Amino acid sequence: MTDPSSPSPSHQPWRWAVIGIAVAALAAAFAYVAGWIAPGRLTSHRIVNALQDNSGVYPGYRRNHAKGVCVAGYFESNGAAATYSKASVFAAGRTPVIGRFALPGGNPYAPDSSVPIRSFALRFSLPNGEQWRTGMNSMPVFPVATPEAFYEQLMAARPDPATGKPDPKRMGAFFAAHPEAGAFLAWVKTAKPSASYVTETYEGLNAFYFVDATGKRHPVRWKVVPEAADDAGTGPQAGDKDYLARDLEQRLARGPQRWRLLVTLGAPGDPINDATKVWPADRHVIDAGTLVIESEQPQDSGPCRDVNYDPTILPSGIAISDDPLLPARSSAYADSYLRRTGEEAHLPGTAHAGSPSEQPR
Amino acid sequence: MNTPKAFHPLARLLHWTMAVLILAMLFIGVGMVSTVSGKHTWLLALHKPLGALIFILALIRLGVRLRFPPPPLPDDMPALMRFVAHASHWLLYALMLALPLVGWAMLSAGGYPISLGGSVHLPPILAANGETFAWLREAHRYLAYLLFVTVLGHMGAALYHGLIRRDDVLPSMTFPSSSSPHHADELPPP
Repeated sequence: MTDPSSPSPSHQPWRWAVIGIAVAALAAAFAYVAGWIAPGRLTSHRIVNALQDNSGVYPGYRRNHAKGVCVAGYFESNGAAATYSKASVFAAGRTPVIGRFALPGGNPYAPDSSVPIRSFALRFSLPNGEQWRTGMNSMPVFPVATPEAFYEQLMAARPDPATGKPDPKRMGAFFAAHPEAGAFLAWVKTAKPSASYVTETYEGLNAFYFVDATGKRHPVRWKVVPEAADDAGTGPQAGDKDYLARDLEQRLARGPQRWRLLVTLGAPGDPINDATKVWPADRHVIDAGTLVIESEQPQDSGPCRDVNYDPTILPSGIAISDDPLLPARSSAYADSYLRRTGEEAHLPGTAHAGSPSEQPR
Repeated sequence: MNTPKAFHPLARLLHWTMAVLILAMLFIGVGMVSTVSGKHTWLLALHKPLGALIFILALIRLGVRLRFPPPPLPDDMPALMRFVAHASHWLLYALMLALPLVGWAMLSAGGYPISLGGSVHLPPILAANGETFAWLREAHRYLAYLLFVTVLGHMGAALYHGLIRRDDVLPSMTFPSSSSPHHADELPPP
């Protein structure tokens, strides 16, 4: 000790207490922020756990939209949206795209007819390292508006161990408590599983902002509308559970498939934080250009395999709205991405398939 | 060569600036990956430029440390304590430099754009590969936990020097006085 008058440490319990409390308080704050000592808080981890509890664990696969196929092509912008967004993807010209068609749900072996919804995810690669990622679905609205309600829906849909199917009573109770799901329920009642991925319209569902060159923000929603409107002659054969991939292969063998990228401009008062509500049909729509899909690849080896289609990855010129589903999608997708890539990499503690090189992903 | 009694003022400025930034960074990181609220978006947007800033400051700090050697530890410190003090400081430097690089490599392997804000992007430093991403992502997590535990130990040790040993170590990074010893006057009588 440099100061001979100091009492020995054993005579200063309060000094030790100050040190202990300071260290413990900082550690506790860290654990709280991490969610480790806040069991009631909804986290990305709990959402992804609920997804895989409902469908089972299929190592290496996405925890939702597990069954799918990679596609590649480009977006040919006509320049019409450039007035509203300064993103280079909207200047006239081509931007390369890596996409993925998929079915909702965590089971990669689900029959294509098991669900009337298909999804289309896109990654536009802009110059200078910028990207625009979007995950769209072939439905006009999302069932719920918040991550908390989505989690409740997952809980309600948990398969009954006796039947292996969701308990209709619990689902009924969930929808009774969530009237915002009305528009989705009305749509899904008449929705039929399509015979093709390429005949579907895919909606971005969440609202975003386009940011123009002056910095002004324009509320928008986007969708891609197919040029192929019929599915004559390529309908599924009886007993074919994977007809969508076969149909896609056949159509692409005949030539590229095209969609128009339509951007709807919201008017003041239109909900931009509620994916359960559509905007009025008379809103101004910009035809921003053509999405052209030229090729498809299996998802276990194709370029979409290691892409996390996080819809909050946006170029300068597009910004997220305050739709609460968007940050939740970003957070949960990142968790799912780490689980499946960790399984591919055989990280310690991860589930892995018996012989991953032979298993389809 | 005369031995300094305290850290150079520039070293002290860097230390306390980085102490705030690194603690903020650790809390931002652990919070952003768990939350599903709107905080996720802005915390994620903050994490990357802040990491780049910490990396640059750590390089400057390393230069400052080599140019202006720190004051020696008190002569009466036990050998084991001296070893732990030196080892933990070099571990802190290693982690300050490694975490941003692992984060950059991890985002590269994940095929993510590495945005520092607006349209400013860093180039990838690794080819996109999901398996490499997973290893680096977990390395980033556990190195960050190690950094947090080391920071806790560092803080506890600083308080031990200031409150229990009451030597010149804590003042050498806070408010060193030209005359020494002086610290007994700063603390309430036991």
